[in-house]
This record gives sequence, structure tokens and C-alpha cells, in this order.
Amino acid sequence: MRHDFLDRWSRLDSPIHRLPAGVKLPAALGLVVLVVALPRASWRAFLGIAVLLIDMAVLSRIPIRFIAWRLLTLEPLALGVAGLALFQPDGGRIFATLLAKTTLCLFTMILLSNTTPFSALLAVMRRACVPALLVSTLALMYRYLFVLTDEAQRMRRARMSRTFRPGRWWTWRILATVIGQLFVRSTERAERIYAAMAARGWK
Amino acid sequence: MHIPDGFLDAKTLVATGALAATGVAIALRQAQKHLPPRRVPLLGLTAAFVFAAQMINFPVAGGTSGHLLGGTLAAVLLGPSGAVLAVTSVLIVQCLIFADGGLLALGANVFNMAIVGGVGSFYIYRALYRLLGEGRGQMIAVAVAAWCGTIMAAIVAAGELSLSGVVAWRVGLVAMAGVHALIGVGEALITTLVVLAIRRARPEILSEAGPIATGRPATEMLAFGLLIALGLAMFVAPFASSWPDGLERVAQRLGFQHRAVTTPLMPSPMPDYALPRLGPAVWNTALAGGVGTALVFLLALGVTWLVVVRKRQRGQPDRRSRRA
Repeated sequence: MRHDFLDRWSRLDSPIHRLPAGVKLPAALGLVVLVVALPRASWRAFLGIAVLLIDMAVLSRIPIRFIAWRLLTLEPLALGVAGLALFQPDGGRIFATLLAKTTLCLFTMILLSNTTPFSALLAVMRRACVPALLVSTLALMYRYLFVLTDEAQRMRRARMSRTFRPGRWWTWRILATVIGQLFVRSTERAERIYAAMAARGWK
Repeated sequence: MHIPDGFLDAKTLVATGALAATGVAIALRQAQKHLPPRRVPLLGLTAAFVFAAQMINFPVAGGTSGHLLGGTLAAVLLGPSGAVLAVTSVLIVQCLIFADGGLLALGANVFNMAIVGGVGSFYIYRALYRLLGEGRGQMIAVAVAAWCGTIMAAIVAAGELSLSGVVAWRVGLVAMAGVHALIGVGEALITTLVVLAIRRARPEILSEAGPIATGRPATEMLAFGLLIALGLAMFVAPFASSWPDGLERVAQRLGFQHRAVTTPLMPSPMPDYALPRLGPAVWNTALAGGVGTALVFLLALGVTWLVVVRKRQRGQPDRRSRRA
């Protein structure tokens, strides 16, 4: 599982990481609700929440560079939509507010996802009476996410070492074949998983 | 198209959350009733597959690259309910692990991409597939469905953003629909090529396990259809009617507007699509749109029932049984 890096920081050890997920998920949700509900241009409140979040980030010992990088990669999307607000009256203020709110919410979610293992979040969902079929789908997805991403990477490497044909159209066809093959392998794996689950007494 | 937190206001969040929760509940119920236990792991694996496939980048002009979105692909492979569950799982993981798409906006994203994009494109695919038949027809059906699914999701997202007062409707519509018309072309191409590759490698996946061959329950289509129509009525209809319609305009220009009969034969319960004395105008139209949709839907249901049930009782074979 070389794709462990996808959520590596969620398994660090710090006071924030040790908090139970049953506290962190509702707290993050509450903070996001608060930020969304705040009126436009309430800059002092935004600043206060930002300071709180930065404190938590320092406490959690997640590298600040990682958080900044995640924020930077997620921000262009928000910028694109917020930029549309500039086309209406009072657009500048709306734009600044949107940007501040979105950044705070993104920061909250990055902190939550990198201080809490996904399996702990799933356990909270199960306790919160999220339907079992959805939880098991999510659990299976998370379990095989890394396996299939690795598989896709291996297939990509195999393809790159074998195909030398130039041309975009050819590349697209081959990439599509790789994805198709990946799906075929996923269904075969699903069948084996079902057999294994049934062998262990799953309904 | 993942809407982050901070863009949608309370009323839109509540409305999209309710629609998405209903959609996922319908999908779960259908899956529990009709999905054989053998195929339950396939839901999770398809979700993981969509995620892994999104990491494979396709070169686009000028050094940029794009990737598969996968809503239509999941719908073609799993059917509407399976697709809703798989795409919803992808969105939840993207939100909770990668902070891609907001936590509160999850309802909006699920509604746009899993329900409007996924289920909507499935029914377009099925209708075209039945119309055009096997082979090339199926590929055309996949391509058109993928393009339509992408653009429908984008239009509904634009509607949600303007209902929240973030962007003006026309700007939002032009920007979102314009960008996603291009993205949709790429999505259509990739989805079609992938379906083609799957059909070449394992044709039985598309026929035996495929959602077309097994008769889907009509209730599923009705429930999802009502849900999508409700969403369109709430998020798109309030803006679509901001221009005076053709007849009103002609009437204004020719000056016979005042001659219009002011006392109708039967008083309309919702004159000009607005419930009397209720809140701000836009939300009002949205509400009226929702109520109107429900009424029209019930009417359509009645007509369909009359036509279809009568026909079956007379013993006319429908198309599905002929193919089998």
C-alpha cells in the first residue's frame, strides 16, 4: 500500500488526535455551521475562528506546509466560483466574504480529516444510525481505495513501458482500455470478497 | 463541480440536504429490495474504482489534463440506485478525507452529481439505448447521457448558487454551463471509450449484470423522477422565468395587455406561479414550483397508469418482453 500517503497524517499522535472522533466530527460540523451562518463581512469573528484553527493545527503537529499546500490546491476551485460574484453589485464585499468563509471551512475540514482516521469517522456514523448498507459500502470503498489506486498505478506504469505511439487520440483509447480493465478487475475482486465474506458467516 | 462550504445559504442547504437524503434513502431501499447479496461488495468496489479511475489523467490541449468524473459510468454499470450509492460514497470520502467539497454542502453535491448527474443520465441512456438499439446505438446513448449528465449537474449547481445570492443567475448559468459543456465532451468521450473497452473485454458485465436487462421496478423511476423534477423546480425554475414570456412580450408591444381577461373563469390557485402572501419573491417561486411539480407529477402518474395499465390488461406485449 504505497498510497498510504493519502491520509498519513490522520494517524499521528497528539492531543488533538487523541480526542474521540465522536467529539471532533460534531465540533467540526458546528464550526462549519457557525462560519456559514455568520453575517457578511464580520471580519472579527472570522479572525477569531482563524486564530483558533491555527492553534489547533499547531497543537496537532501536522506539518504547516502540508496544510498550506492542501489549502492552496483546493482554493482555485473556490476562487473560480467566488470570482463570479464580482459580476454583481457589491461584488467585492461578497467576494471577500466568500473567500474568507470558504477558507475557514476548508481549514476546519482539513484539520478534521487529518486528525481523525476514516475508520473512526465510520464508527461515529454507524453509532449515529447511518444505514448499514451505506456504512459498509463506505468501509469497503475505503479499504480497497488504496488497493485499486495501486493497481491503477501499476497498470499505468506497464502501459508507459510498452506503448510508444504518439498522438492524443491513441493515448485516450489506451487509457480508456486501462480504466475498463481496472473495472473488470474490480468486479472480479468484488466476487472474491463476497466469497470470503460469505465464508466468514456474513449474512 | 464540488461546491465548497460557505457558498450556499441556509435555505438552499436545507432544501438540497432534504432532496439528497430522500434520494439516498430511495436508493438504499431499492438496493435492499432488489440487489442480490452477492453484489453488495460491488457497490464499495465500484466506488473505489471510480476514485482510482479519477487519478488517471487524460492529456487535453495545451499541457492541461482532465479526468473521468464517473457518474454516468457508474449509472451505466450499476443502474440508478447503485450509482447513487457509489457516487455518494465517493463524495463522502472526498469530503471527509480530502476536504474536497463541503461538509454542509454534501447534500448539494450529492443531489447534483449523484442524483441529477447519475440517475438523470441513466434514464437518458436507457431511453436512447432502447431507441437506437445495440452496437453503435449503445455507444451514442452512453456519450449523449454522459454529456447531458455533466451539464445538467452544472446547471442545477448554478441554480443553487444563485438561489443563495452568491452569483447572478445569468452569469452563473453562462459560466457553469459553458465550462461544463466542454468538460462534458471529454466526459462523454472517456465514458464511451471505457464502456467500449469493457464490452470488448467482458461483454457479459454490460448484459447480464447490466441494469438494462433486468427489469427495473417502475417505482424507482417514478421516485427519482419526482425528486429531480422537484429539484429543478426549486433551483432552476425561479430564474428561468425572469424574462416575460413570448406572449406577454407581444402583448406589451402591441398594447393589448390590458385587454387580457382579468377575472378568469376559474380562479387559479397560484397566479403567476407565486403563492399569495409568502416570504421573498424568489423563494416563493421556488416553493410554488415545488408544489406545481408535485401536482403535475401526480397528473402524469395518473395518465401513465391509465395508458400503461390499460395496455397491459389488453394483453399487448411491451418492448422488453419482446426482446427477451
